[in-house]
Amino acid sequence: MGEMEQLRKEAESLKDEITAARKAVQDLTLQDHVAGTAVVGRVQLKTRKTLRGHLSKIYAVHWGDSKLCVSASQDGKLIVWDSYTTNKVHAIPLKSSWVMTCAYAPSGNMVACGGLDNMCSIYNLKGKDGNVKVMRELAAHTGYLSCCRFLNDNEIITSSGDCTCVLWDIETGSQKTVFAGHLGDCMSLGVAPDFNTFISGACDFTAKLWDIRDGQCRQTFGGHESDINAIGFFPNGNAVITGSDDASCKLYDLRSDQELITYQDSGIMCGVTSLAPSFSGRLILAGYDDFNCNIWDSLKAERVGVLSGHDNRVSCIGVTPDGMACCTGSWDSFLKIWN
Amino acid sequence: MAKNNSLHPNSNGETEDSPNMLVYRKMEDVIARMQDEKNGIPIRTVKSFLSKIPSVFSVEALHLGTLMAAHGYFFPISDHVLTLKDDGTFYRFQTPYFWPSNCWEPENTDYAVYLCKRTMQNKARLELADYEAESLARLQRAFARKWEFIFMQAEAQAKVDKKRDKIERKILDSQERAFWDVHRPVPGCVNTTEVDIKKSSRMKKPHKTRKSVYGLQNDIRSNSPTHTPAPEAKQPTEEELREQIKFWQAQLDRHRLKMSKVAESLLSYTEQYSDYDPFLCTPDPSNPWISDDTTFWEMEASKEPGQTRVRRWGFVINEVLKDPVGREQFLKFLESEFSSENLRFWLAVQELKKRPIREVPTRVQEIWEEFLAAGAPSAINVDSKSYDKTTQNVKDPGRYAFEDAQEHIYKLMKSDSYSRFIRSSAYQELLQAKKKGKSLIPKRLPAVVQSC
Repeated sequence: MGEMEQLRKEAESLKDEITAARKAVQDLTLQDHVAGTAVVGRVQLKTRKTLRGHLSKIYAVHWGDSKLCVSASQDGKLIVWDSYTTNKVHAIPLKSSWVMTCAYAPSGNMVACGGLDNMCSIYNLKGKDGNVKVMRELAAHTGYLSCCRFLNDNEIITSSGDCTCVLWDIETGSQKTVFAGHLGDCMSLGVAPDFNTFISGACDFTAKLWDIRDGQCRQTFGGHESDINAIGFFPNGNAVITGSDDASCKLYDLRSDQELITYQDSGIMCGVTSLAPSFSGRLILAGYDDFNCNIWDSLKAERVGVLSGHDNRVSCIGVTPDGMACCTGSWDSFLKIWN
Repeated sequence: MAKNNSLHPNSNGETEDSPNMLVYRKMEDVIARMQDEKNGIPIRTVKSFLSKIPSVFSVEALHLGTLMAAHGYFFPISDHVLTLKDDGTFYRFQTPYFWPSNCWEPENTDYAVYLCKRTMQNKARLELADYEAESLARLQRAFARKWEFIFMQAEAQAKVDKKRDKIERKILDSQERAFWDVHRPVPGCVNTTEVDIKKSSRMKKPHKTRKSVYGLQNDIRSNSPTHTPAPEAKQPTEEELREQIKFWQAQLDRHRLKMSKVAESLLSYTEQYSDYDPFLCTPDPSNPWISDDTTFWEMEASKEPGQTRVRRWGFVINEVLKDPVGREQFLKFLESEFSSENLRFWLAVQELKKRPIREVPTRVQEIWEEFLAAGAPSAINVDSKSYDKTTQNVKDPGRYAFEDAQEHIYKLMKSDSYSRFIRSSAYQELLQAKKKGKSLIPKRLPAVVQSC
């Protein structure tokens, strides 16, 4: 038997052993454990604010704190909103209108965006003269920028259509770490509550957990039947939620290294575009291509609510850090605040 | 479970089908069931049209039906707008030729032929709508040089149509019109063929997207931007295989927690934090978005922590470390015991990780001097292994020089200082403080009825 053949066999048998090891800890499923728990009652959220101002499809939204958020649209603008008053705090014109993602720094000092220009542009909101200017352009990706998230004012992580994620040092504009391993475009990323790890979802149908410090892929999760478009951490930091074009969301646990539950319904045919857990994690809000957002009881895997009000695809969703409200952004050019 | 090949990516991440194919297949499944002779929707011939009569629809069914109509699987017989309404309107099923799963991306030349053909037919029934007339005028300008050819094609199509049986013609006309309603929607309607730009750059199937609806030859069609052919499927190299094996071996060796423990931990976490989830429990005093009263945020920002906030500190050490006021109180308590060096070290290392890279070496040195060097003023106790590793790291200082030491100190604080803090009278007093007679128990939202 040739060397290559032997190696391939070894790899396959290892994968089989891992499947068996995962099965070995399945002493009880999540459904069994929560059989005695009641389903959360019907959750009815109302639109409290509608943020108008974008002229085209909204592709991304990200909360900075309990009131401020930033949104990106194909009209070539980044708008920073005080969602409580619906005032536009900043309207930032972009060099490229093909923007796909935006992010707010935890400090509130900066925002970032990127898209088909393959770059991540960082904007300083607290410049001396009050004008918002490009602070850095992080260029090195060879594919579109699908998502970006700040770790702090000096570091940002990006995911790209070139199948990699990168940790950048903003001040020098250089790549500190390249996270390679996905076999398809990386579509989305989420940072762990402790900032030591992050997760990425890709068009190879898998989600990967990466160690920020040493650049290694710690775990890989499969099971989806199509692109993973959205990904996020469960609030306890020990589980990961994914949303896919196969119209389902899945919950994977990091410590048992496997899928716990799938959120799907035969009446839902469209892909999931975005998702966000509620403050406790008991609810998962997911945006779909069919213009609606569904609310799932994360433990019982039942739909407990719907947010309908958009006239086109819901492309992005986010819950405030204090859990008070959620924001949906749509191709209909509006953002809505719900609770 | 064996997976259909076309759904699973090969080693290059390429797939046979676009992500939309999954959706189309599901819709076609439903269509098949709707059209089933025995159990499907009744079809009647009404005034020489083959139509179906919709029964009363639930909200869910209306939503799903509108979605399928918008994609063009069935359509109202007398309206350009593709929705499903519960008002007795008649609908017709679309012929499979025009189904979206055939990956149509009809060119404007096809649209021009279609509109031109419409003007040649029986005007009374098929008069162009305003937006269609505008489109035709635009296309005539754009294709001025090719117009003679387009006209000829339209004539040929019209001739073929005239030969058809009257009923067949009416059905085909309506199906063709519905096809164009999907690909050239009425202004103001959602275009369901719009693709997320992240996906469109990956759809590389030239043989599917370039065929003409009317079989027009290539020479008159303008060249679309070329789709690059998919790269050859790459087999992993020997080195890559070895890397993969290393990865899988490490995965196999990892410890896996039992599902029952995981499930229990998830359940208890969500139960503990449900009281703090504004979607499940009314916040105290109110949700500013609903009541227009920002007291909640003012309280969060103030140095005086409310009881519910203080109660959270008692859940787990991270809650204290996350909350600036919690950190302050924790530090104050430890200082009163003259044992604050651990927390101060932990805080310093956290702050170091956020610094710009050029400030890191100096700061590492400062932290080393303050907490770890021989004779350090705030000496901390670290295990010898971590101490040796840190000594090495400090020689080539980076943001993570103190990771091992920090982890050790974190564990110490968790088991020792933190539990003392929670049991301390300082903490207990904060917990008991009664503000305006408000109760400690948060109110569950009335909408959340515990059902079984």
